[in-house]
Amino acid sequence: MILLDVNGSQHQVDVPPATPLLYVLRGELALNGAKFGCGLGQCGACTVIVDGHAVFSCITPVGVLQGRKVRTIEGLGTPDNPGPVQRAFIAEQAAQCGYCIAGMVMRAQALLEAHPAPSDAEIRENMDPSLCRCGTHMRILRAVRRASGYLTGTAAPDAERASQ
Amino acid sequence: MTMRLSLAAALALIAASLAGCQASVATPEPAAGAVPRDPATIERGRALAIIGGCASCHTATGGKPYAGGVAISLPVGTLYSTNITPDKETGIGQWSEADFQRAMREGVARDGRRLYPAFPYDHFTHLQRDDVSALYAFLMSREPVHADSVAERLVFPFGIRPLLAAWDALYLHPAPWRSDPAQSAQWNRGAYLAEALAHCGACHTPRNLLLAEQSGRAYDGAESEGWDAPPLNGKASAPIPWSEEQLFNYLRRGTDDVHGSAAGPMADVVQELAQAPEDDVRAIAVYFASLMKNAGASAGAPSAANRLAGAKESSVGAAIFEGACAECHGTDSPRTLAGRPVLGLTTSVNARSPRNAIQVVLQGMQPAPGERGPYMPGYASILSDAQIAAVLAYVRERYTGRPAWSELADETGNIRRAQ
Repeated sequence: MILLDVNGSQHQVDVPPATPLLYVLRGELALNGAKFGCGLGQCGACTVIVDGHAVFSCITPVGVLQGRKVRTIEGLGTPDNPGPVQRAFIAEQAAQCGYCIAGMVMRAQALLEAHPAPSDAEIRENMDPSLCRCGTHMRILRAVRRASGYLTGTAAPDAERASQ
Repeated sequence: MTMRLSLAAALALIAASLAGCQASVATPEPAAGAVPRDPATIERGRALAIIGGCASCHTATGGKPYAGGVAISLPVGTLYSTNITPDKETGIGQWSEADFQRAMREGVARDGRRLYPAFPYDHFTHLQRDDVSALYAFLMSREPVHADSVAERLVFPFGIRPLLAAWDALYLHPAPWRSDPAQSAQWNRGAYLAEALAHCGACHTPRNLLLAEQSGRAYDGAESEGWDAPPLNGKASAPIPWSEEQLFNYLRRGTDDVHGSAAGPMADVVQELAQAPEDDVRAIAVYFASLMKNAGASAGAPSAANRLAGAKESSVGAAIFEGACAECHGTDSPRTLAGRPVLGLTTSVNARSPRNAIQVVLQGMQPAPGERGPYMPGYASILSDAQIAAVLAYVRERYTGRPAWSELADETGNIRRAQ
């Protein structure tokens, strides 16, 4: 039995310790935000936050997570009450197929918690490990900038549709 | 590292330095026609500068080419590379070719100051005059950048430049390059490039207390920037000795199917060599393949098997490997993109020190520009020091027949903190 702390709640899961966190999130805990893109730690669709750092959950065996805090996109907010990064992504309409987006949001969240006002170059460098096949990169970058504005109080906290 | 100089040794050093002091010479600016400007010479200089790796010390990350300012950490402090653009105030714009030849061969600047041998003039001293002339032409054709040099910060007495005269007296052996008639032209070309220009020994040869390369220990391996520069002679630890073709692949493309990929400081080197003349890279490969041809005969050379008997499959390390590593590195992984050798064949897993294996696990690997791979994610945020220690102990046992690494968790913590 493995004890996991996910989004502030404790979960006992009966899986081998080598099981990737991604499979436990989706298969045992029904937290389907994180996606399987490659299973190799190369695409970022599975990105979640562990102890404040964005990590690839597909190459994180649950056995190493004793005493550590896992956060997924479900922990950032709800459809009725989205968190600031989610609101920014909605405002910029940054999703096309949406497959990369949970990973993008978590990677952005980790960045902004550590550096609420990153430069454009810092945003690009930080988001680099997460790939997007549909090509919504420019919207994603605008969303991260907008979220930074929300968090530093330099942008209005609205969820209205932004520039097309 | 502490340096204790006896009184006699200190007096000897001072005497030697006073004898070797250069008077400050203000050589005139080069006359208009004295700087070679023909494109062929400049192009030759460009190719030589790539192999010499000038930019790796003289171009800061995100900085202007050859404008200097790169910090070079030594056990005795930090010094900073100089501006070698042809800027007249802060670079070498006023240097004649004779000044440049003197700097490259003797480690003395235009104003008579001694240069620190972190600038490897102990290697460049063997360059042929017309190669140095071509390098001069190349540098003088670069864009001038106004950037003041940054003063060094070195512990006493290493900050006293005139003392370098004593270092030079002991360790600088100026001599024209001599080919070995028993070897092929290609071997000799490779030897010349490696010894006189690419200065491979500057990282791969251990240094003594005065930070000079130890004679008699050429290419025995040494530490560089937190990584191990492995032995390039009979002590090389790769289980299958490097062939010329494999070395060429590694130097030119940054990866070889049988040995693995360049990482750490070597990744920068192979990025440069990707643009060097192919024949020159081949020649260097021929040279080092010959130096390493008797390696691999050391005890405990393991097979290329994907799993040796004895590794405890039920261990914590085994579980971490299965969940974190096996998708790419496991027995039946189809991940052969850019060639991924069995871990047991790589130098880092077989090396005496776990340092390089720890660095790669922490940092991952980025592909060279223009290459698809290899790409490896870093595990610094995923695995703790104890967990990295467990998985590396497992990998060492599963893939090699060599003695277990000791102090893995402590070593991992030290390396992680140094980043």
